[in-house]
Amino acid sequence: MTQLALVIDLNVCVGCHACVTSCKQWNTSGWAGPMVDENPYGADPTGTFFNRVQTFEVGSYPNTETVHFPKSCLHCEEPPCVPVCPTGASYKREDNGVVLVDYDKCIGCKYCSWACPYGVRELDEMQKVMKKCTLCIDRITDQSLPERERKPACVLACPTSARLFGDVHDPDSEVSVAIRERGGYPLMPEWGTKPANHYLPRQKTRMHISEDELQRADNPLTKEDITVYTGEETIDDVTW
Amino acid sequence: MHPAFSVILLTTLIGAGQGLFLALFTGQLYSSIKLIEAQGADFYAGGSTISLLLLIAGLGASFFHLGRPERAWRAASKWRTSWLSREVIVLPLMMAVVFFYGLFHYIGWTEPFYVAGGGILPIDVTLVLGFLGVVIALALFVCTAMIYASVKFLEEWHSPYTVGNFTFLGMASGFMLAAAFSAYLGNHLVGFYGTWAVIFTLLALGTRTASLLRNATLKHKSTLQTAIGVRHRQIVQKSQGFTGGSFNTREFFHHQSPEFLKLVRLAFLVLVFPLPLFLILISYVLQSPTLPIAAFLVQYLGLLAERWYFFAEARHPQNLYYQSIA
Ligand code: SF4
Ligand code: SF4
Repeated sequence: MTQLALVIDLNVCVGCHACVTSCKQWNTSGWAGPMVDENPYGADPTGTFFNRVQTFEVGSYPNTETVHFPKSCLHCEEPPCVPVCPTGASYKREDNGVVLVDYDKCIGCKYCSWACPYGVRELDEMQKVMKKCTLCIDRITDQSLPERERKPACVLACPTSARLFGDVHDPDSEVSVAIRERGGYPLMPEWGTKPANHYLPRQKTRMHISEDELQRADNPLTKEDITVYTGEETIDDVTW
Repeated sequence: MHPAFSVILLTTLIGAGQGLFLALFTGQLYSSIKLIEAQGADFYAGGSTISLLLLIAGLGASFFHLGRPERAWRAASKWRTSWLSREVIVLPLMMAVVFFYGLFHYIGWTEPFYVAGGGILPIDVTLVLGFLGVVIALALFVCTAMIYASVKFLEEWHSPYTVGNFTFLGMASGFMLAAAFSAYLGNHLVGFYGTWAVIFTLLALGTRTASLLRNATLKHKSTLQTAIGVRHRQIVQKSQGFTGGSFNTREFFHHQSPEFLKLVRLAFLVLVFPLPLFLILISYVLQSPTLPIAAFLVQYLGLLAERWYFFAEARHPQNLYYQSIA
């Protein structure tokens, strides 16, 4: 079975929101659109987004670290949002594991949003139906696009390649290897939702430099040893 | 959570409607075995009409909760997995039973067709229908409560107390309404219904207090640490990713001060429990025809506050992600 998912590398995300805007652009003009904005230029703008980039500060000054944290539907393998839906509008695709909402069936009861601990479902205030990340289903399944473009808009937009996309059930896929080898982890594992999306932790890049690397032992420019030896055993005697 | 008025009205109105129906049937059962004075068709037909109106009003309120009410019929399809879907099926069944129960009383289909228990319990159509109604009313209480109690992420709700509260509070207000209705008609059942109302109010006091105590010391499973997966004791959100509000900041926050919450809690603890009990006791002593009505109204007002608090008290784990605007 295939389970498509994103793997997000917190180590390289710079919090530029390129994924947020490209997601909005692609999806508002596509199958899931429109994603309505209200008061976009007013005092209190609000609108539907599938993807948000948040920022957290870890630690206290001066030992702080900034974590930029993109968040969208994690396409859980045990999605708690699906069984609670009274209409069957929320469903998980059998063939690729993407969790979707059928906008023609949804009655906008918001129950599914209560049953998602991650806060990634948003009710569209104009269409009055529930919306969430589709992993750009209309794009990744579009056979008319060249292979390299069959990826979610956010993945293509990310300038630092912080977003990897692939099948987390295929052990040899780029995403599975990244999760395995770079400590990929799921969010809120305590709920047993088994999110398909994973996050790669931040890693400190450290260089270890020892004394003799600073002082080259065999530096030809160091001054010659001018000690005067008077008959005692020298290193040369021992080695030869 | 944001307390939505549509849902507050839905749950309190249908609770009282179901409770009233249960009260009517309890009265019929008692009178058929001659423990209390028998009532005429008017009492049952009138009571059923009030119960039905409450159920209809509740259903009406629920439509305001839906983004797409015109598609509401679709909500009956996933009854295998969704408690919401189950409620959507059981509520109309309840209405149908109450309607026919009242109708059969009104047209006088109350001739016993069988006498059970050695001539003690005469069974007629309304009794059979009423018994079915009891099962459906209890099932509806469970469905309504389980919509909330089954969501494991809302840990304040995820407990059997929620089912107890919805059931006992609904029954208390329904029997209180039956007492008020009897007082209004001037029959002799005020004491009978009043006593049951007191019993259910005390039961509800038990479960509601237990749930308040449980929630006061509740430790939430999710933390900011598990939410973003960083192991550090000090994490603060600097930005939630947008400045204006979103669905996530509207639906899951009550936007009220902790003091206001405490005030509402105090209000419902007074209005739902001691005050109506006091009023109904006084009315018993004074034989007052208006005090039971006041007792019901006060308790219903209290139930609105109780339901408001029920929503406001619950803290959703998603709120961890929406703490800071800047
Ligand atoms: S992240 Fe939320 S909306 Fe997405 S599948 Fe999981 S529970 Fe459902
Ligand atoms: S809001 Fe729509 S998708 Fe969500 S539970 Fe209700 S009907 Fe299902």
